[in-house]
Amino acid sequence: MTEHLPALQVVLPLFGALLAALVRRPSAAWLVSLAASVAAFAVSAALLAHVLDGGVITYRLGGWDPALGIEYRVDILNAIVLVLVSGIAAVSLPYARLSVAAEIPGDRIAWFYAMYLLALAGLLGIAITNDAFNAFVFLEVSSLSSYALIAMGRARRALVASYQYLIMGTIGATFYVIGVGFLYMMTGTLNLTLIAERIAEVQSIRPILAGIAFILVGISLKLALFPLHAWLPNAYAFAPSVATVFLSATATKVAIYLFVRYVYSVFGASLVWVDLPLTPILLALSIAAIFGAGTVAVFQSNLKRMFAYSSVAQVGYITLGLSLVTVPGVTGGLVHLLNHALIKGAIFMGLGAIVFRTGRIAIDDIAGIGRVMPLTTAAIVLAGLSLVGLPGTAGFVSKWYLVVAALDLGWWWLALLIVLGSMITIAYVGRVVEAAYFRAPAEALAGVREAPLQMLVPTWLLAAATVWFGIDTRLTAGLAERAATMLVGGLR
Amino acid sequence: MNEMAGAVGAFLAHYNQYITVFLMVAGLYIVIARGNMVKKLVGLSLFQTSVYLLYISAGKVAGGTAPIVDPDIAVYSHPLPHVLILTAIVVGVATLALGLALVVRINEAYGTIEEDEIFARGGEDREDV
Repeated sequence: MTEHLPALQVVLPLFGALLAALVRRPSAAWLVSLAASVAAFAVSAALLAHVLDGGVITYRLGGWDPALGIEYRVDILNAIVLVLVSGIAAVSLPYARLSVAAEIPGDRIAWFYAMYLLALAGLLGIAITNDAFNAFVFLEVSSLSSYALIAMGRARRALVASYQYLIMGTIGATFYVIGVGFLYMMTGTLNLTLIAERIAEVQSIRPILAGIAFILVGISLKLALFPLHAWLPNAYAFAPSVATVFLSATATKVAIYLFVRYVYSVFGASLVWVDLPLTPILLALSIAAIFGAGTVAVFQSNLKRMFAYSSVAQVGYITLGLSLVTVPGVTGGLVHLLNHALIKGAIFMGLGAIVFRTGRIAIDDIAGIGRVMPLTTAAIVLAGLSLVGLPGTAGFVSKWYLVVAALDLGWWWLALLIVLGSMITIAYVGRVVEAAYFRAPAEALAGVREAPLQMLVPTWLLAAATVWFGIDTRLTAGLAERAATMLVGGLR
Repeated sequence: MNEMAGAVGAFLAHYNQYITVFLMVAGLYIVIARGNMVKKLVGLSLFQTSVYLLYISAGKVAGGTAPIVDPDIAVYSHPLPHVLILTAIVVGVATLALGLALVVRINEAYGTIEEDEIFARGGEDREDV
């Protein structure tokens, strides 16, 4: 049984999606999704435990030789990502039942859960596979189901947002598959480990460089690297609340994982860091994201869109860490990947609870929300403080590693920019705090009660996690550091 | 004169690659330049189709036939790119179907499928859910 865990990781949510679509009854579909997500989480936890004891797990699907068939491979890096994605999926589902029932028409609820599980299966598949083309297929599985999830939003603009994401996402995925085609032509294999071995022996380097460029641009579209982020703000703003929670916490993170996998484990140091000067390019784009998208976030009136722009800025911090090619830098990037997923999960859950009770999301419509929904608002503010990087919160740990990494290289200006970026975060989190606590309650809030317990508990679970991981960093920074040591140490 | 013929010959020998590049760039151009949502999807499909050709060209073995085992035949084209592209075609069909379904819903909601008209009407929508 245990030797088939890697396959089960993907198969469980995949068949769960089928079952959820077949049962059709909303409550039954919800129960199926909950069971499949919790099972997927248990599998990923078991995989992480295996990896922590015994190194790397490999699994040949159908017993095919890795040079021809598909191989799954779990090491410390993707074990963490698997736990994160399945964990967020499992925590979101208890929250989802009421929110989905309120936002989605009854006859489509089962479809919603089917798409949710399909997206989960796709994301877990990208994270676990060691096959370049298989990753493309899973990328499209998760993307197509995300487009459908987003299109189920109540506003008609959700349809346009979904369409634009479909166009951008498909261009990104196609760029990726073009790049994979070049690598396949030059190395004769799709297995990432084998590509990494053979890529160094290839004589004519130009097709390889073209392939790398296509792959990196394609993945950058999916991870919303500035300036390829245009699809993200509206997609997150108009999607159903639960879809926003799940996608904001996992979808871009898995794309970042794929980026890290290629840049550090597959291409090799000389190709991306010397022949293609990735450090300055990625660094410049990251800083542009932090300041550009951060500033735009300050001026948003729709709170979901505000924190969607904030996601683009925070992805900038992650890629900034990854661009440094040092152990502290990569640790900072990876730990922020984890922390940001928890933070955004908590914030969007809180916003979803506000939408559930008030039906409003514009900042002026929910002024004074801190008095009528004190627990929900406190969770949002707590996660917001973590986003700023207040000492004692998870966000501080990420920023600390990033600043240390910058100073290690002697780049004091970069450390300064990282701290300055937090000032922008203070500005938009401050706007939310000011509206929530220091303004007279808006008319729309008359008679509004605190969110139901079913939504409060998952929200607070994630909000508490952002504080817990600010104090006890063994599970986040500890594991991220092990992964970073493996990645940077493995560079050839 | 001979040199020129050689150059033309070398150019023509890779004609499939030029078709690939043409489809790729033409498709991407349509996606960017057109405001009609159905035309954009057509461009997107063209862009994806160019990738099919890219892979299939790489799998062709000179003088090889279709990769179906037969005792009379010794040389086959490489079957793996064909299998990959079969999967990619399915993905492309699914993307096009979903995209067209979205356009139908957008047409119902806005009464138009021209992007600029939709953005012009976006101002009427409230900033809430």
